[in-house]
Amino acid sequence: MPVVEIKKNIYWVGVVDWNLHNFHGYSLAPKGTTYNAFLVLDDKITLFDTVPEKFKLDLYHQIQQLIKITDINYIVVNHVEPDHSGALPFIIEKSQPEKVFCSTMGQKALLSHYHQENWPLEVVTNNDKLSLGKKTVLFMETRMLHWPDSMFSFIPEDKLLISNDAFGQNIASSFRFDDEVNLDELLFEAKHYYANIILPYSALVQKTLAEVAKQGWDIDMIAPDHGFIWRSHVKEILAAYQEFSLQKLKPKAVIVYDSMWQSTEKMAKAIAEGLQKENVSVRLMSLKTYHHSDVMGEVMDAAAVICGSPTHNNGILPLMADFLTYMKGLKPTNRIGAAFGSFGWSGEAPKIIASILEQAKFELPVEPIKVKHVPTHEDLKKCKEMGETLAKAIKQKVN
Amino acid sequence: MERWVCTICGYVYDPKKGDSDNGVAPNTKFEDVPEDWVCPVCGAPKEQFSKE
Ligand SMILES: [Fe+2]
Ligand SMILES: [Fe+2]
Ligand SMILES: [Zn+2]
Repeated sequence: MPVVEIKKNIYWVGVVDWNLHNFHGYSLAPKGTTYNAFLVLDDKITLFDTVPEKFKLDLYHQIQQLIKITDINYIVVNHVEPDHSGALPFIIEKSQPEKVFCSTMGQKALLSHYHQENWPLEVVTNNDKLSLGKKTVLFMETRMLHWPDSMFSFIPEDKLLISNDAFGQNIASSFRFDDEVNLDELLFEAKHYYANIILPYSALVQKTLAEVAKQGWDIDMIAPDHGFIWRSHVKEILAAYQEFSLQKLKPKAVIVYDSMWQSTEKMAKAIAEGLQKENVSVRLMSLKTYHHSDVMGEVMDAAAVICGSPTHNNGILPLMADFLTYMKGLKPTNRIGAAFGSFGWSGEAPKIIASILEQAKFELPVEPIKVKHVPTHEDLKKCKEMGETLAKAIKQKVN
Repeated sequence: MERWVCTICGYVYDPKKGDSDNGVAPNTKFEDVPEDWVCPVCGAPKEQFSKE
């Protein structure tokens, strides 16, 4: 990958992970991703972030295209997760930097990841200013966005915000900038990324956006650590994060289910019919086809999540357990939930689902529905009525 | 009443407000918050908090 000058004397020196399909082991990333790192050429030559350990030689090569690696004076670690710090031990060893800057929590995390007491770590915090020569770096701690160590670096002379994971998207590409790709696709991927990585910290996103505004940072480029760099659509991605973090909901329901002999699936379709009749948009997703991270992408703007599983060995099917665990951890707020499923003899599944949804603070306006073996026309009518009742609750919520 | 800060994520427990989302009423001293209560932002346990 060629290095790219993104601002005068600031270069993208990251790597493209073309063949990645599963991001960090929990979220699908079918389009691959990038790990962005940035090299600032100034009196103090400064590297912002690194890449996963397995790409350390690629990063080395990128840097060597511009300078000798030993020319590096400073390294800034905006985030310690191994996709951005994995190559750090190697780069420190090769470059012998004067200083490595990180947040308070970053220092702790670097020590507990790499156990190197002799690194020249220097802690920076809010309002700290670091002069590189002609350029300055301002720091902002963004704890829990999405790790305790996370921080932003801002270079006011270039109006450039280096935002680590925030505003990222998982797309591998030979292009670097937001105006070189379809904007809808980019925002879709930004939403998928938000749903699976940032969502639980939405209240902090609100605070951070307010803090950035309060600082009066004049930003005309946002460079996240994954995917495309925002330069023509800074306004759009900031507005999108505003919307995502407020968890603005649409009159939309996701019906997510697993099925053994298609009885639960028949119920899912009947519930969908009731919702459609009331003009609520519906997304049916079988967990055998859709990964939990793809379902979360749809849950992002859905007012309701309706979950179905047959009863299996007195419990719920494993894929539903997987999904509910995953969704609960991501803490979507202000949603309506409902549960349904077929059964052979005992029929615990819908109640189990409902109690998990309750723990996850979903509102449950209807009782769980269960159907023995194969639904009758009468059973399906009840499912449809459930859909209609839910539709009314959904419309009440979003209006 | 003293405010307590989560040393992991910086969340501030304000006893005046409590944490009503998680069943802690306003005007509950940090000492009286249930032992199994966790930081509503990062999930850290009570012992990770220190006085502001
Ligand atoms: Fe991360
Ligand atoms: Fe990352
Ligand atoms: Zn915390």
